[in-house]
Amino acid sequence: MAAKTQRVLPGFGLALGYTLVYLSLLILLPLGGMILKTADLGFAQILDIALGERSLAAFRVTFGASLLAAGINAFFGLIVAWILVRYPFPGKRFVDALVDLPFALPTAVAGITLATLYAGNGWLGSHLEPLGLKVAYTPLGIVVALTFVTLPFVVRTLQPVIEDIETEVEEAAASLGASRWQTFARVIFPALFPALLTGFALAFARALGEFGSVIFIAGNLPLISEIVPLLIISKLEQYDVLGATALAVVMLALSFILLLAVNALQWWTANRHKNAEPLEAAAGRAAGGQS
Amino acid sequence: MISFRRSLSALLFSLLAGSALADATLLNASYDVARDVYKDYNPLFQKYWKAKTGESLELKQSHGGSSKQVRAVADGLEADVVTMNQANDVEFLAEKGLVAKDWTKKFPNNASPYTSAMVFIVRKGNPKGLKDWGDLAAPGVQVIVPHPKNTGNGRNTYLSAWAWALKQPGGNDQKAQEFVGKLLKNAPLFAAGGRDATTTFMQRQLGDVLVTFESEAEMIAKEFGKGNFEVVYPSLTLQTEFPVAVVEKVVDKKGTRAQATAYLEYLWSREGQENAAQNYLRPRDPDLLKKYAAFFPPVKTFTVDEVFGGANKAFVTHFKDGGSFDRIYVQK
Repeated sequence: MAAKTQRVLPGFGLALGYTLVYLSLLILLPLGGMILKTADLGFAQILDIALGERSLAAFRVTFGASLLAAGINAFFGLIVAWILVRYPFPGKRFVDALVDLPFALPTAVAGITLATLYAGNGWLGSHLEPLGLKVAYTPLGIVVALTFVTLPFVVRTLQPVIEDIETEVEEAAASLGASRWQTFARVIFPALFPALLTGFALAFARALGEFGSVIFIAGNLPLISEIVPLLIISKLEQYDVLGATALAVVMLALSFILLLAVNALQWWTANRHKNAEPLEAAAGRAAGGQS
Repeated sequence: MISFRRSLSALLFSLLAGSALADATLLNASYDVARDVYKDYNPLFQKYWKAKTGESLELKQSHGGSSKQVRAVADGLEADVVTMNQANDVEFLAEKGLVAKDWTKKFPNNASPYTSAMVFIVRKGNPKGLKDWGDLAAPGVQVIVPHPKNTGNGRNTYLSAWAWALKQPGGNDQKAQEFVGKLLKNAPLFAAGGRDATTTFMQRQLGDVLVTFESEAEMIAKEFGKGNFEVVYPSLTLQTEFPVAVVEKVVDKKGTRAQATAYLEYLWSREGQENAAQNYLRPRDPDLLKKYAAFFPPVKTFTVDEVFGGANKAFVTHFKDGGSFDRIYVQK
């Protein structure tokens, strides 16, 4: 350390120590145990389990549905967050509280409710099925369940960021002659993008591990609508703890790589944004067209 | 403040007194839907034990998926007895040395105090005319079952269909696998568990037939009304067993061997058997089976031991990774 920085609050050492112990106990220890357990299996065996036809199909379904659900929430969550921050309307507080409900509801309850709604004789399913759209007991049902469960992530990460963008910025852009689209694409969106990515990554990560809500609506047919967590449970039902941890470790590694990629993207855009210009300047640039 | 403290100490005292009143405590780790059976059984046993020995027992229950419960016991849940719905779960505890190796011989009837049978639930009037396993594999029939690989209920259905196909003229394992494959292709989904399958069939009105335990049919009648469905008994079906065992390691440590053994033995008493019958489980006592004949029509059954050479063998051949279920679904 070259220059000792003076901090307002004391106790950095204590807090850091606490942070490390806390994270180790809660995250590193269980995950380390899991990885240690798979050390009993060879690398070839782990690959064998992960690359079986049934596992591959389940990985495809899990990652595909999770990406789709996180994507849907990134788009619609942005709209919801924007509306909730920028526009006053009657019942706004109520709607705002609704967003958190998927967090509070036991996921199994969510799964059973969604399955009942989207089944052939359900309120929604009875209208969708004549149109040839089957949701319950198909991979589409998995996407619906995951979209429901992960809805709050994007909305809640975006809300404070939108609150931080003062409406004056939009007014400035407009007064400098930017069109509405230009204001959005060149001023608002770049400021929101890092938070949007965070929300997307959180939703995606949550969706990957989701079990309770999915199994009731998925249909659970091998090769078609089985998710990886179900295969893990299936292994545990066979008392095959090693096989289950092997699947879990592969899942963890894949998720980690994907989340790392999302973080890198976020870091890159944040950097670019920081190096570029403050919002007010962006407003001017948007109005001026090409910079 | 004083009154708060007083009531707190009163509460603590009553808690202490509550546990002090009981001379011993037994924990029964059991499968999910057994709640009613043992809720009714426990007071019967407490009364019997008090009269016999003067000792008052506290009986605790723990319920969950059969294999989850067994894993908990293996990992240190101090259950004195296990009452399960799959023999291979108890077998797992025997392998771990928690339960006697010859646990099936410790009690009569393969250590299973009561049984049930796999039956068909069909729509009122049986519009598709489903009478036997063969009809379930016919084109255009939708069959609702829980996941055959992961759930006890689904496994029982699978084995019933397999055994039926074996017993047909010219039946062999090859043909049985083809038959079960055809039947499973008629399943639009695999439900998460037994109750989920029931909800899918009864509430969401999906499928033409639900395969489930005979005892579940009575639950459906209570929940959805008797007039909404019919029960069909196939020509041959699996007699499902509900094995019980004393967890040796725990009773030795706690000194509760006598109580735990008596708790399980009493399941075969007249009172224990009648309690099973009242919960729609087939008692072993032939007199009671006759008394409750309205619930339990005669049906030709087989046991897993007879056809598949034991629960463990059946499990390894059919449900373990690479078993016949995987061959049907994955390796075409």
